[in-house]
Amino acid sequence: MEIIYTLWLRQVRRYYRSGSRIIGSLGQPVLLLLALGYGIGAIYRKAGEGNYLQFLVPGIITQTVLLSAIFWGIIILQDKRFGFLSELLVAPVSRLKILFGSALGGATISIAQGMIVFFISIIFGFRPYDWLLVIPAFGILVLTSLALTSLGAGIASMVDDFQGFQSINNLLIMPLFFLSSALYPLNSVPTALRIVSELNPVSYMVDALRLLLSNQTHFGLGLDLAVIGATFGLCMIFAVNRFNRIQM
Amino acid sequence: MSDTVISAQNVVKKFGNITAVDGISFDVKKGEIFAFLGPNGAGKSTTIKMLTTMLRPTEGVMKLAGHDVTINRDDARKAFGIVFQDPSLDEELSAYENMELHGTLYSIPKAEREVRIKELLELVELWARKDSMIKTFSGGMRRRLEIARGLLHEPRILFLDEPTLGLDTQTRNLMWDYVKKLSDEKGMTIFFTTHYLDEAEGVAQRIAIIDHGKIVASGTTPELTKQTNTKTLEDAYLSLTGNTTRDEADSGNNNGLNFKTAMRNKNLR
Repeated sequence: MEIIYTLWLRQVRRYYRSGSRIIGSLGQPVLLLLALGYGIGAIYRKAGEGNYLQFLVPGIITQTVLLSAIFWGIIILQDKRFGFLSELLVAPVSRLKILFGSALGGATISIAQGMIVFFISIIFGFRPYDWLLVIPAFGILVLTSLALTSLGAGIASMVDDFQGFQSINNLLIMPLFFLSSALYPLNSVPTALRIVSELNPVSYMVDALRLLLSNQTHFGLGLDLAVIGATFGLCMIFAVNRFNRIQM
Repeated sequence: MSDTVISAQNVVKKFGNITAVDGISFDVKKGEIFAFLGPNGAGKSTTIKMLTTMLRPTEGVMKLAGHDVTINRDDARKAFGIVFQDPSLDEELSAYENMELHGTLYSIPKAEREVRIKELLELVELWARKDSMIKTFSGGMRRRLEIARGLLHEPRILFLDEPTLGLDTQTRNLMWDYVKKLSDEKGMTIFFTTHYLDEAEGVAQRIAIIDHGKIVASGTTPELTKQTNTKTLEDAYLSLTGNTTRDEADSGNNNGLNFKTAMRNKNLR
């Protein structure tokens, strides 16, 4: 247990010491909130769909978690390239523990980022539907972070160079975000786009958060939880499998 | 043979159809300082990686302090400390935090860990800098810290993979003096690789020379020079391994890239 805690602590320490990285990673969600929340919000209201900010914020929180969790994987790549992973791999500790401890740290960072965006959006005028439901919403945030951190860890274990990691992520993060229910309601988009979005697990993460924070849903909480749970399981298997194959 | 601490018997390592290590056998005794020499790509790093449980041998048996490195992996891991060829500290943690993390990974109880970290950091003259981030450390300071870290769990064996690469003469001398002391006073077994033959000659009690995955000669410096009819270890080494340079991509360690990448790069050429 102490080993997992220490590995977790390593990740968290690295995070809170890098002030520039924290500020930098919050730039995008703030920009999205401003440009979309206020920019599109006016048209959205005219179309009779209600308050766009209430609709958008769960999507932006999920996007923040998506970006931060998958990019966290770059630490595994750094450890691999700059040698620290050798130190971990020759220690009398199973790879599973190394992965778990580190990924828990990565998930903690994503959760923190998600919460910061939540508080920022309150400044922007967002109001949770029911403050009590913020607690289960936090649970969704945790599950989502764990699933996406595992995904990031798995990808980072597979690739050997930073450019490769970057391009895989661009090919992955952007579609996962834009082709989900994060930005637009799925019941009013063309069928093709709706089908793609319905196949995207991120849609369900956004949907669950949206139900709990803004009382709006497309799929219903049961289906949301089932898809999030399944995604979490698959991402974990993927991460463990890839991490075990790393050869130094 | 109870005083054999490191043993390898007919060890083979193949990567695809390339044989990196081709049936090597050797024994290192308790307290001995053993140098493992060879040109780039000869199989040195692959051998160290197999001994330190990072790679599995394709064939053969390797034991550290009696523990088979593929079967009793964790016991074997507790028996050795290692200073890697490439730096392996976490740059964004302090010296103390790096030590603490290592101590936890090796399950050293907290009270004992604190005492030992202080002792070792004082020994390598880094106690005053214990709270500085590694990214502010010079190459020599990092190496000293890595040595201190490798010793934290009181291993019976210390592996040093080209430990003096890029160090100044003062730091090198200091390091070897300390390594000799560890072997004399604590009976620690030292296994090291180097490209500086004067180091091997000055420090090692026994030397093995590996080339093309095979051990081509082993013994003390006088034995090796006698065997090859030469005067110095360097001449003996050159007469055994030839004067041509080697292609790094053939080795298991392509400047820190893994073998898969090395093979891929090779295929591209």
